[in-house]
Amino acid sequence: MNALVAFFAHPGRATLAALASIGRVALFTLRALGAAVRPPYYFGRLLEQMLIIGWFSLPVVGLTAVFTGAALAQQIFVGGSRFNAESTVPAVTVIAIVRELGPVLGGLMVAGRVSSAMAAELGTMRVTEQIDALTTLRTDPFQYLIAPRLVAAVLVLPLLVLVSNALGVMGGFLIGTQRLGFNVTSYLATTRQYLEWDDVSSSLVKAAVFGFIIAMMGCYHGFRSMGGAAGVGRSTTNAVVSAFVLILLANLIITVLVFGT
Amino acid sequence: MRGGSIELVGVRKTFGPKVVLDHIDLKVEPGESLVVIGGSGTGKSVMLKCVLGILPIDGGTIRLDGVDLAGASRAERTELRNRIGMLFQGGALFDSLPVWRNITFALTRGRATNAKAMHAKAVDLLAKVGLDAPVADLKPSELSGGMQKRVALARAIAAEPEIIFFDEPTTGLDPIRADTINRLIRSLVTDLGVTAVTITHDMASARRIADRVAMLKDGRIHWEGKVADLENSGNDYVDRFVHGRADDGETG
Repeated sequence: MNALVAFFAHPGRATLAALASIGRVALFTLRALGAAVRPPYYFGRLLEQMLIIGWFSLPVVGLTAVFTGAALAQQIFVGGSRFNAESTVPAVTVIAIVRELGPVLGGLMVAGRVSSAMAAELGTMRVTEQIDALTTLRTDPFQYLIAPRLVAAVLVLPLLVLVSNALGVMGGFLIGTQRLGFNVTSYLATTRQYLEWDDVSSSLVKAAVFGFIIAMMGCYHGFRSMGGAAGVGRSTTNAVVSAFVLILLANLIITVLVFGT
Repeated sequence: MRGGSIELVGVRKTFGPKVVLDHIDLKVEPGESLVVIGGSGTGKSVMLKCVLGILPIDGGTIRLDGVDLAGASRAERTELRNRIGMLFQGGALFDSLPVWRNITFALTRGRATNAKAMHAKAVDLLAKVGLDAPVADLKPSELSGGMQKRVALARAIAAEPEIIFFDEPTTGLDPIRADTINRLIRSLVTDLGVTAVTITHDMASARRIADRVAMLKDGRIHWEGKVADLENSGNDYVDRFVHGRADDGETG
């Protein structure tokens, strides 16, 4: 009997811990959303975060998009040649980039750069009592620290993904016209012909959701840091891993909802 | 200015199985200076954070000026909190802001508004804690530990709170600077009527600052009395603590 109880105790404890984590994240999210809509608003800090999250992420997101678009076009050309479908390169590239690779890779790159930075900064503030100090200085830490990051990420990610999409398509265009023998005019015409509004809008919706996830995971894990430098390190790792997993899960859900029928 | 009263009744705080505060009863009258002493890790800082509402309590009641914190509305809690200042043990200065914006943070709520007047206010407060005007434009990382502590003290008193908590205000300071801080805290209480609760291991500081002293041990108030009674407390542990004397069992 004891062995049976022990057998089920471990998964039981893990399940309870997982549910408790979900509950904590949900409460944290609700409090963050409340802080984002309730004055006072910190516009200066919002602009600062938009600069940090958006502008400073442009190089890494842009390079990722160009290289991925180019490699994708090359692969579609080689794969398509097996059944005489080389001409699909512009159409498949633009659809794959705008619907999937632009937002997902852009989201993952920003998550790696921004979630970790948020978790490290807030974690350090937590373990050095700076967050407690905010409370004693007539300032709500959620309004001062979390809300600007959350709003900035949700606003900026769609813009970043727009740029990422454009650069990804450009990467495919460069390989297609400079290496694979496509005509410039016909490549652009095919790209325009197959790109639909639904592709762009779903891409922007995904980007906004990914921005929310990136900021929430960075802030949540940073805010809950404990145990000095090692604790901040753990929070940073947890922020990046959880943001990655949630971005991929959210991408699947949105893709099925938008394109599943 | 008139300080507010603080009352803890049966306050209990645990971290998992560890009981840190075990039915604490303590009262601080308006305009009184209470110094809390006790060994390291006995929950002194935890007690302050419970009063500030930073840590939730597991039992008992905390009243500020007669208002039960647990039963207070959000607006009441905010109003009460706005009357409190706190000096954290490690300073807890904001790394990203210059000293003058750290000091005036409670007045501006973190905004870069009214910069000229706020800078001047910060310089005045720096003078009170024995620091020169150029310090106002430095970042906290450019200051020594003792200077950071004094900047944090200037920040704690900037908004002229009615109740101030000091967590180890003189740790890391040389004796002369420590005396400057002790005088400042004493004058806040005597001249302005602020209510002060100070945690310290520095007995010279305790004697200078305190009206009353409370000793925290094993999660409870072990001894409480006037500062004049500290030398003749009649309590062996307090006597050993005050004179820094370990008993045979603790030597080795």
